[in-house]
Amino acid sequence: MLIGNQLAFRYPRHEWILRDFDIAIEPGEVVGLSAPSGFGKTTLSKLLAGYLTPLKGRIILDNAPLPTRGYSPVQMIFQNPELAVNPRWRIHKILAENQPPDRLLLNALSIHPSWLDRYPHELSGGELQRIAVARVLNPATRYLIADEMTAMLDANTQALIWQTVLEYARSQNLGLLVISHETALIKRLCDRSIHLA
Amino acid sequence: MLLVQDLSITFTMYDRGLAQKQLAVITQLDLDVQAGEVVAVVGASGSGKSLLAHAILGILPDNAQVSGTILFKGEPLTPHRCRDLRGKSIALIPQSIGYLDPLMQVGRQVHRTAQLSGLSQPAAKAAVDRTFHRYGLAARVKRLYPFQLSGGMARRVLVSTAVVSQAELVIADEPTPGLHPDIVTETLNHLRELASEGKGVILITHDIEAALQIADRVAVFYAGTTVEIAQAQDFPSGKIRHPYTQALWRALPQNEFIPIPGSQPNPEALPLGCLFSDRCSWVTPECQSDRPPFLQVRGAPVRCIHADR
Repeated sequence: MLIGNQLAFRYPRHEWILRDFDIAIEPGEVVGLSAPSGFGKTTLSKLLAGYLTPLKGRIILDNAPLPTRGYSPVQMIFQNPELAVNPRWRIHKILAENQPPDRLLLNALSIHPSWLDRYPHELSGGELQRIAVARVLNPATRYLIADEMTAMLDANTQALIWQTVLEYARSQNLGLLVISHETALIKRLCDRSIHLA
Repeated sequence: MLLVQDLSITFTMYDRGLAQKQLAVITQLDLDVQAGEVVAVVGASGSGKSLLAHAILGILPDNAQVSGTILFKGEPLTPHRCRDLRGKSIALIPQSIGYLDPLMQVGRQVHRTAQLSGLSQPAAKAAVDRTFHRYGLAARVKRLYPFQLSGGMARRVLVSTAVVSQAELVIADEPTPGLHPDIVTETLNHLRELASEGKGVILITHDIEAALQIADRVAVFYAGTTVEIAQAQDFPSGKIRHPYTQALWRALPQNEFIPIPGSQPNPEALPLGCLFSDRCSWVTPECQSDRPPFLQVRGAPVRCIHADR
């Protein structure tokens, strides 16, 4: 289980972004989160994935603190894939950063083999987001935080990515946190949802 | 007001060494916008939506070859006329505050836009005050820098830049992604209001739901071509014609959420026939030999020879 306990965070000399925040996600569970902009949703994602350290409170993964070295079992995918990949690497090298994804997964995401030899700027946003998703769907990932993962994408690509992620999560017992402004998407995907206002 | 016919754009790029390659990024694209109308342009990333906007504004890079027709109020939009009209008769509402000058107070930027569109100093000041008031922006907001604006305020400032210019044609490029639903609705309502005042509005978006909230007609782009120009009410009433339009509609989370596999063809190697043929379940040999022309089916143009089935 992934637990955020009494989390609080702020940047130096700024106001609190999050205070006394509790959240728990079970393996295999799909949890939705929606809140107005400025509510600290992205800060929460970064805390859970280990990009930021909470000023108060703790992140607990399976009864132990979140590991601070090596590949984090809590992975995060956000809105802009072009900021999540090395622009000077070809796609196959980006995918090989972890255990390279198998052919079935690439097929499920409709990733064309010809893309693997290209650079990130040679793919469209929707194509590159599929690469970012393929990269994290591997056995070392236990929880996935999708922060507006498909907000920039057309309806077909959005459904294609989510169907693949949901199926993978079900078969591998992956926990998911879905952060989105889209009520219909959260309703479609999630077992339960948290709405902050 | 605006008529785009059979527009094609090809980029010449260097491949390896001095070898060049041709990228056909827009092929046979059509669109028309009347005064008082909101036309949404919907499609995946890489379908040519933003390039169309750049072509209308005359800001394509030098390695682009353009063919086809763009008429604004009946006259061809030559590069020279583009320069005269943009920012005056044709205005862009950009995607994000990234398009504003980060080191200049927003009031001064909107004021400068008004002046560049031909208003005198006092008239520009009055126009800025009137526009800020209209969009509920307090006078103190004029003195803020772009990074100090909240998401909703930023949207209103960006709309203001287009409104002070008195433009007749407004192009809004992806104004809604990742925004709270209330701010999305507010932004869309502002665009609808501009159309009610007699302007022509092009709403470029990947979000069908946003488009359907305010558009009169929806042009669906795929791989740089217009596959269909439907009435907005054709979507909920099940009248949409092209298999790709139908796939987009089916894929919405509140509908079936079922995607079609595959992706848009590579612009370096477009198929000979219909650009959608490799993903289409209706495909026949005729589809693969020739590009389908625009056909009138159930009262709207569609680029599919099987659309009347």
